[in-house]
Amino acid sequence: MSRHTLSVLVENKPGVLARVASLFSRRGFNIDSLAVGPTEVPEVSRMTIVVNVEGLPLEQVTKQLNKLVNVLKIVELDQSASVAREIMLVKVKADIDSRSKVIEVVQLFKAKVVDVAPEALTIEITGNPEKLADFLKVMEPFGIKELVKSGMVAVGRGSRSISDRSTRPADKSGERTA
Amino acid sequence: MSEQITGAQSLVSSLEAAGVTDVFGIPGGAILPLYDPLMDSRQIRHILVRHEQGAGHAAEGYAAVSGRVGVCMATSGPGATNLVTPIADAHMDSVPLVAITGQVASTSIGTDAFQEADIRGITMPITKHSFLVTNADDIPQAVAEAFHIASTGRPGPVLVDVSKDALQAMTAFAWPDSVSLPGYHPVTRPHAKQVREAARLIVESRQPVLYVGGGVIRANASAALRRLAELTGIPVVTTLMARGAFPDTHPQHLGMPGMHGTVAAVGALQKSDLLVTLGARFDDRVTGKLSSFAPNAAVIHADIDPAEIGKNRFVDVPIVGDLSEIIPDLVAAIEAEFSMNRRGDYEGWWVQLDRLRDIYPLGYDLPPEGLSPQYVIERLGIISGENSIYAAGVGQHQMWASQFIQYNEPRTWINSGGLGTMGFAVPAAMGAKVAAPDKTVWAVDGDGCFQMTNQELVTCTINEIPIKVALINNSSLGMVRQWQTLFYNERYSNTDLHSHRIPDFVKLADAYGCHGLRCETPDEVDATIEKAMSLNDAPVVIDFVVHKDAMVWPMVAAGTSNDEILVARAMAPDWGSDD
Repeated sequence: MSRHTLSVLVENKPGVLARVASLFSRRGFNIDSLAVGPTEVPEVSRMTIVVNVEGLPLEQVTKQLNKLVNVLKIVELDQSASVAREIMLVKVKADIDSRSKVIEVVQLFKAKVVDVAPEALTIEITGNPEKLADFLKVMEPFGIKELVKSGMVAVGRGSRSISDRSTRPADKSGERTA
Repeated sequence: MSEQITGAQSLVSSLEAAGVTDVFGIPGGAILPLYDPLMDSRQIRHILVRHEQGAGHAAEGYAAVSGRVGVCMATSGPGATNLVTPIADAHMDSVPLVAITGQVASTSIGTDAFQEADIRGITMPITKHSFLVTNADDIPQAVAEAFHIASTGRPGPVLVDVSKDALQAMTAFAWPDSVSLPGYHPVTRPHAKQVREAARLIVESRQPVLYVGGGVIRANASAALRRLAELTGIPVVTTLMARGAFPDTHPQHLGMPGMHGTVAAVGALQKSDLLVTLGARFDDRVTGKLSSFAPNAAVIHADIDPAEIGKNRFVDVPIVGDLSEIIPDLVAAIEAEFSMNRRGDYEGWWVQLDRLRDIYPLGYDLPPEGLSPQYVIERLGIISGENSIYAAGVGQHQMWASQFIQYNEPRTWINSGGLGTMGFAVPAAMGAKVAAPDKTVWAVDGDGCFQMTNQELVTCTINEIPIKVALINNSSLGMVRQWQTLFYNERYSNTDLHSHRIPDFVKLADAYGCHGLRCETPDEVDATIEKAMSLNDAPVVIDFVVHKDAMVWPMVAAGTSNDEILVARAMAPDWGSDD
């Protein structure tokens, strides 16, 4: 299995998320993470979908997604040529003895303390999935009380935007993308 | 300010503007506002069916015969959910269909209101697209887009769910000049380079096959296909969905491939070095065990749906586009190859195939007593002849109707191929007859299928749609019984329908205002069919009481390789020495 990040531009219409999600489930594709939000164009939303598939099914995923009338464009983001971020909020046990040690780690990772309580700190951290995993590893010994993570968002590096033709589009021209 | 009308009137005007002349449906609470102005439409004939499933299959039959979008209509909740089966059927077989459903008032949506069902959500996986309209002003646009989506690209079903308050609200009607969907641009023009590459493979191949699917019929590309076949001399197989796309009487036609295909058609695919796939989708009923399907063949795959390409089988030359454009381009590219003296030599290939065709023609054994279902169907095809359309249900009778009736024209064979919907025949035949009133339309049905949807005979009688039903009554769920015979030690669990006793189909026909005929012996067959042919003032039902042990052969058992095809029980074909 391999992980792929798809940026999917969709029309901002009711039911689009359900269409995409139901497509994944009925075709037997697994979603690792999914994030949706508005874009610079109000009628267009952007989904960042991380899927775990083999090579051939990925082509099926993009082709099936392209068949949805509300899907405008699909681009697979190459890991090396894109910036990917997740945001995580973690509630870590931190009493008077451990608090400074926790804060030391927070500073090391350029994370941020967003709430302080006598027995715990809530930390906000942003980064690629690897950085977040590393952070958790270091925090684990202190005791993680609660954790919430966003889906991944990603954007291609450089000056080109997703609407440029050159970003390896799995577009709707019907040509083979592989 | 333009004239103010209700949303319902706007919807009727929209359907008229979309060119609709026939609608199959049933009214109910949420869609009642629509039925009021519908009554005044001079353009639209609404045919009141007896069950919404009948409306859906009728619209499918109508679309399959005419090539136009079939339209069905139902109210919210149970009315809409009864359309689910035909919508799924249309989705599997790429039938252009628009389903209009009433929905509870937008203010009640989500409250579990009376007769509320989220039909858009329910049908999301089985529609090409769907709309929920809650604002009367949006009706014309939604209808225009629905018809555009249903009929272009790979055809399919589109649902338009309209809330009751949108039907009742006042609005102005304005039909959009054009439809622009930013995310929907089906490719119709094939890529020239791919077409040239396909032509090159074709002239270099030694054992090619034209593997023809239903897409050729949907694309109206039968004439072009014939040109391609005759230019190249390549053998042709037509799948269950493509019967009629290429004349059965044509010498290059090897018949149907697949689970119940001819030995020649199945053998040709298995031994081929090049599959020229036209509007087919490598369905498991055609390929058998996929990993052993046509193991030595390179694949050219031409289809309007890019997602079909490479879905099941690796493709060497993909061609995305409309077959009515691809095939003529391919013909031109092959002619160009010919002009440079490159042409395929298929003589040795034909020797092999002719041998298979000669040794293993389709056939059947006559039972020692009683009536052979294959014989009945064969005679039906001969006597009714050209200018006839046949709609089948699903099961043994469907396979025999595909095998033993000769189809020489596209859109004369209608069946439920992908979904395998029992009960398809009677309502589909009704829709076919509405689309083609001058043709003789037969529903070739089984006694199991017939009992699922025969209520539409009432609709046929009352609306003067004189279809004819050849009921192949073997008193059982025949295909399931055949599997029980072959794979479940002849333990016939729940497949005996006792239909030789109950119901009395002749009386049932009579009760429905149809002519009811019964035929139990071979010597009555011709006369009974001829009698049915002479009765055109009402639908006719012939109860052919046939023997129940007849089986469909040849057969490739599910999940096995096509190489393991049996021509009869425990009888494998001899493929010849060059194997």
